[in-house]
Amino acid sequence: MAYNKRFDGRKFDEVREMEAKVGIIPRAEGSAMFRTGKTVAIAAVYGPRGVFPAFLQNPKEGRLKCVYDLLSFSVTERKRPGPSRRSTEISMVTEDSLKPVLDLTKFSYLGVDVYVYITQADAGTRAAGINAAALALADAGMSMKDLITSIAVGKVSDKIVVDLDKDEEDHEDGATDLPMAMSTRTGEITLLQMDGNMTQKEIKEAVEMGMKACLDIKKVQVEALKAKYKGAGK
Amino acid sequence: MTENMLVKEREVVVPGEELAVGMDYLPSEGAFRDGDKILSSRVGLFNLDGRLVKVIPLGGKYIPKKNDTIIGTISDVSPMSWRVNIGWAFDVMVHMREGSREFIPNDADLRRYYAPGDLVVAKIIKSASPKMIDASLKMPGCRKLGVGRVIDVQSSRVPRIIGKQGSMISMIKDATNCDIIVGQNGKIWISGNDHKMEKVAEAAIRKIEAEAHSSGLTDKMSVFLKKEAK
Repeated sequence: MAYNKRFDGRKFDEVREMEAKVGIIPRAEGSAMFRTGKTVAIAAVYGPRGVFPAFLQNPKEGRLKCVYDLLSFSVTERKRPGPSRRSTEISMVTEDSLKPVLDLTKFSYLGVDVYVYITQADAGTRAAGINAAALALADAGMSMKDLITSIAVGKVSDKIVVDLDKDEEDHEDGATDLPMAMSTRTGEITLLQMDGNMTQKEIKEAVEMGMKACLDIKKVQVEALKAKYKGAGK
Repeated sequence: MTENMLVKEREVVVPGEELAVGMDYLPSEGAFRDGDKILSSRVGLFNLDGRLVKVIPLGGKYIPKKNDTIIGTISDVSPMSWRVNIGWAFDVMVHMREGSREFIPNDADLRRYYAPGDLVVAKIIKSASPKMIDASLKMPGCRKLGVGRVIDVQSSRVPRIIGKQGSMISMIKDATNCDIIVGQNGKIWISGNDHKMEKVAEAAIRKIEAEAHSSGLTDKMSVFLKKEAK
């Protein structure tokens, strides 16, 4: 069955309604919330602080550590708390997608820790997590070359779509998920994964749609950061 | 030259935002160059100082710099040095030679000068790497602190708390009759004869911290202090 109309009535290249908020966790050095549709991610940044075990300390530059996890109540069936194969992988790709823009050369021997938790999951959690983490790092005053913006694109049945939700991911004809992250300023892509089947042509089309969507998401991120300091400097 | 500026003075900017175009300007703290553009590398307020493009930070953790006056507690005493906890990832070191204006003999028991738990004002004299920071306790103003309360504020707010040539902090000192020492690391020591006045001083500092980025703060604070410190 062809997928002619999206379940929630969006256009194929339309993202879900998005919201971002910065500075939600007072005890953290920087923090942010990012919501896309029903997916909600929160991120907190701590540090620069000591790195333990000490052999992980790097005299050349600081160490970025990301932790991603789903909270047990975030999904329909209870998620067993604690790290899993999935969360370990996503922690790693989050780290790798943020590192290219971060300047940690001043933090030798030190580490910056980013904790990303999904409080509500409806597909696209790693993308929401990366968006929140980038905001939290900026809020923590880190030196960065750009904000990282992330989105999940993919194919539902026979259509290339942007920002899949869980219903689309579970489409009866099968769906392909392609999360990506990029620096919109330089156009560098820092995350590109794929779960499913797409032809080369389809991947290209999907990535291009994702890059366009990232520009809109970046606006939401920038607005959120500026909203925290509304009235500052006046 | 100003048509090459893309943002207004004291506007909030975010990482990756374009600040200026052309080679007339130089990137300074919080900014970097990419091609012919100067971009911001952190969240902060845009500031143009002559030809230098700067971004004044709005948040973030305190990073020790040379010549910073800091407040900390002695955490460890070794035969030749003290370690001071200043709220940074690593304790800073005060060598025996930098410990006091008076002569300390080689075999002296350093605990007799500063013991673990003592509160001190020190000055950073060397910052080789985040792990190796040296401080001095014999520079002017450095000493062991007596009875008082220490409050933590955001280090990015410290310049505002001190004010131009110390105007803000001396206003609080005069109004509350308290002795106040502000550390660049965001630790502030308040000591007064009247603990009610100490509380007023703390409230005043908290108010500055909360409203650090609004203008006319000095006038607002003088009204606040007149009302509270009666």
